[in-house]
Amino acid sequence: MTGETVKIGVLALQGDFALHRKALGRVGVESAEVRKPEELAAVDGLIIPGGESTTLLKLMDGGRFVPGLEKFHANGRPIFGTCAGLIVLAREVLNPKQRSLGLIDVTVERNAYGRQKESFEAEGETTLEGQPRSLTMVFIRAPRIRRLGPRVVPLASHGGECVMAREGTVLVATFHPELAADPTIHHHFAEMVRYAAQ
Amino acid sequence: MDTGTLRLKVGLAEMLKGGVIMDVTTAEQAKIAEDAGAVAVMALERVPADIRAQGGVARMASVKKIKEIMATVTIPVMAKCRIGHFVEAQILQALGVDYVDESEVLTPADERFHVDKFAFTVPFVCGARDLGEALRRIGEGAAMIRTKGEAGSGNIVEAVRHMRKVAGHLKRLTTLGPEELMTEAKELGAPYDLVRWVAQNGRLPVPNFAAGGIATPADAALMMQLGAEAVFVGSGIFKSSDPASRARAIVQATTHYKDPEVLAKASEELGEAMPGIETSKLAEKDLLQTRGW
Repeated sequence: MTGETVKIGVLALQGDFALHRKALGRVGVESAEVRKPEELAAVDGLIIPGGESTTLLKLMDGGRFVPGLEKFHANGRPIFGTCAGLIVLAREVLNPKQRSLGLIDVTVERNAYGRQKESFEAEGETTLEGQPRSLTMVFIRAPRIRRLGPRVVPLASHGGECVMAREGTVLVATFHPELAADPTIHHHFAEMVRYAAQ
Repeated sequence: MDTGTLRLKVGLAEMLKGGVIMDVTTAEQAKIAEDAGAVAVMALERVPADIRAQGGVARMASVKKIKEIMATVTIPVMAKCRIGHFVEAQILQALGVDYVDESEVLTPADERFHVDKFAFTVPFVCGARDLGEALRRIGEGAAMIRTKGEAGSGNIVEAVRHMRKVAGHLKRLTTLGPEELMTEAKELGAPYDLVRWVAQNGRLPVPNFAAGGIATPADAALMMQLGAEAVFVGSGIFKSSDPASRARAIVQATTHYKDPEVLAKASEELGEAMPGIETSKLAEKDLLQTRGW
């Protein structure tokens, strides 16, 4: 890629936004916290972090974020959602049914492995770099992707299930790459943002 | 596949950052908290203000109540056990609660020892008034630290003191030479390895939240500006005149803690805050924060 500098926003309404910023720092990308919709204008891509999806949705409503994010997406700016971020971006949410932005055509089930005692870390497999390779994945009260739309590309799996996917400029994962040391996924998202910014 | 690792324990605390954890005693209160945007609820038998007023032994909440709360909300459910009461902790773990608070708000069950938190897969949060206490709890396996403040007082001064004390000490440790750290560990009463880690990193190795006396949106934002990464609100919500709007306002204030305009708006039309107590007038025996060793 070119040495073009991009800035990636991390939605900082609630959740593990600080760790995403650290992970972006490790791959040499500038980042900024986004708490108001007008701050989206200053960034080239956005990460919606893990946290509590019900809380995130309420804070987004209060701050009139939804139209801002829809415009951001329509302008071709990449968005990456992890865990609660995936739930917010999905077309359909189960357990319980709740509103979502519908920016990626997947159906996702909340807390689908169970409570914190069922949270786990394990080796999964990613095809992000072409050849499949092993990747440490951390799942915390994680959702499961129950349906992939026809244009959605699976990019990683654990136990035979898709745990990471992409549709156009929207990337989602059910696990937390920001809690693991491997920078592959943040590097990949930064490349998506650089490509889109060209 | 691993469960109950330190990374998973600390990881859940990371997900709660920037949020508000609310004390609730019933499923109805838990629903109000979730609808207001709480990131988690803390199940307990009585809120600290009532424990203070009514006295008697304060124990883990009833299993029935905890189960009702867990069945009602989708956000994480925490519950308190008494200091050193590892069997209450075992029961809470068996129930599947998401976090255990080994809390000074309840009557201590052991006058010398805290729970060995490494023996559990459920993560623990513990209160601390200073860095030594925080590192002792982390040394025992706590995955999250909160200030003790003075629970049930509606007075923020104690939480401010505890947060400033920890922050000041963290800063000071980073200025010490390696030869000074063993004596520092001895004086702090804290594990040497953790003291060394803190000296190198300038922060606690686990998330650092605020609790104890938060009653208004401004209190929550104050603690956030002082460096807290999330807040616990105990009596402050359900002892106020309009819990749902106060809860929503404190959630807004915690997210937008650096934005005075949002804070001003969140502080409007809230009704009455809980009554407060001048903590400096409390007798030593009436303080909750001195419980813990």
